[in-house]
Amino acid sequence: MKEILTFVLAIVSAMLIDNVVLSRFYGICPFLGVSKKVKSALGMGIAVVFVIVLATVICWPLYNYILVPAGIEFMDTVAYILVIASLVQLVGLFIKKHSPSLYKTLGIYLPLITTNCAVLGVAQGNTDQALSFIDSLANGLGTSLGFLFVIVVFSCIRVRLESANTPKALKGLPIALITAAIMAMAFMGLQGLFSGIV
Amino acid sequence: MAKEKGHTKKNFLKGILIENPLFVSVLGTCPALATTKTIEAAIGMGLLFTIVLICSNVLVSLLRKLIPEEIKTPAYIVIIATFVTIVKMLTNAFLPALYSTLGVFISLIVVNCIVLGRAEAYASKNGVFDSFIDACGMGLGYTLALISMALFREILGSGMITFGEIFTFIPLTRIPILTYMKSDYTVVYDYSISLFSTPVGAFIVFAFILGVMAFIKNRKNELKTYQERQEKLRKAAEAKAASMQGGNQQ
Repeated sequence: MKEILTFVLAIVSAMLIDNVVLSRFYGICPFLGVSKKVKSALGMGIAVVFVIVLATVICWPLYNYILVPAGIEFMDTVAYILVIASLVQLVGLFIKKHSPSLYKTLGIYLPLITTNCAVLGVAQGNTDQALSFIDSLANGLGTSLGFLFVIVVFSCIRVRLESANTPKALKGLPIALITAAIMAMAFMGLQGLFSGIV
Repeated sequence: MAKEKGHTKKNFLKGILIENPLFVSVLGTCPALATTKTIEAAIGMGLLFTIVLICSNVLVSLLRKLIPEEIKTPAYIVIIATFVTIVKMLTNAFLPALYSTLGVFISLIVVNCIVLGRAEAYASKNGVFDSFIDACGMGLGYTLALISMALFREILGSGMITFGEIFTFIPLTRIPILTYMKSDYTVVYDYSISLFSTPVGAFIVFAFILGVMAFIKNRKNELKTYQERQEKLRKAAEAKAASMQGGNQQ
């Protein structure tokens, strides 16, 4: 029972308290680039969840059972980026064959994920902190769900901002960044949420 | 290939202002927000980034006729990842304080869009020397952009500029700006806003720098359209005067 509680708490903590975009600054490029419409933000978010969880599941055994016994731990970054790039290609091919409708929604975002630092950041972070497999999985799941949550909320606000009367110089990206700053402030309020439980 | 005079200088300078990777193209935003808490971290990040960019640009440019078109992107990623690994190991060995401050963001230079973007857009089409100059300009432009963000964040966030905490080979010096300290570093008063050291400050500083850039651009465009309109009116008046003169003569 305690293990399940720890697992869930680890997910929620990676998702809300130490949010991937607003406090760890991974994946700012897609966060700003693909958040003009709610639908595209949702597609990008789901694709990221998919790839991060798969990448975590593959990269952890790759490091612990291949790179460590072979004594080439320093090759981790090269190995991870190759895994991620080929994983993105494979996931694209797989979805294209089995679910063309899903491919239509996710397809255009898949190539962008290779250069999303959240994926490599999670894989590298798991290695650097020497997390166990379950903890790595919780970290990956929480991080990616946090990304999905934040990008969808952000895109909803941005749709409203389009019609708002903003100063001419702040139109577009600057006002979006100020919105992100206010969201980050709100997420800072969640710090210490679980201090009494764990 | 004949080149116009001042080509190299122009090629070098374009990365600093006209095509600044961070403030104009808005690429490589993740390290820009994460590593600009202090000026020293920003300098360190910019330095490592520039080294990787120069090495990868030169190698990509050297190999540009050997790499087949179909596997271009994976090949570039492997080249970049190799240099990042080398830089990471060197940093860990010689500047451990910088290594622990930047953490995972050294590895994340691999997925920095600027490095891959310059390899695809410039180094794969141009000679070695031009690619080298391009990388120097872009790297310097990115470093200066990071430093300018860190300047606001460090002064507003901690009230002083600190040197010697990350680059341990220079003696520890603190230059108080918004704080007043006695000689033994006990703070007497402090007007700093610690919010600027948090992620919130990073977003706000970046937003306002982009806003100021957009403001200057808008003003320039307005001035240009105003001058064009004035010129058109002047020409119309001249033409009218000329035709009136012609009418009088007849």
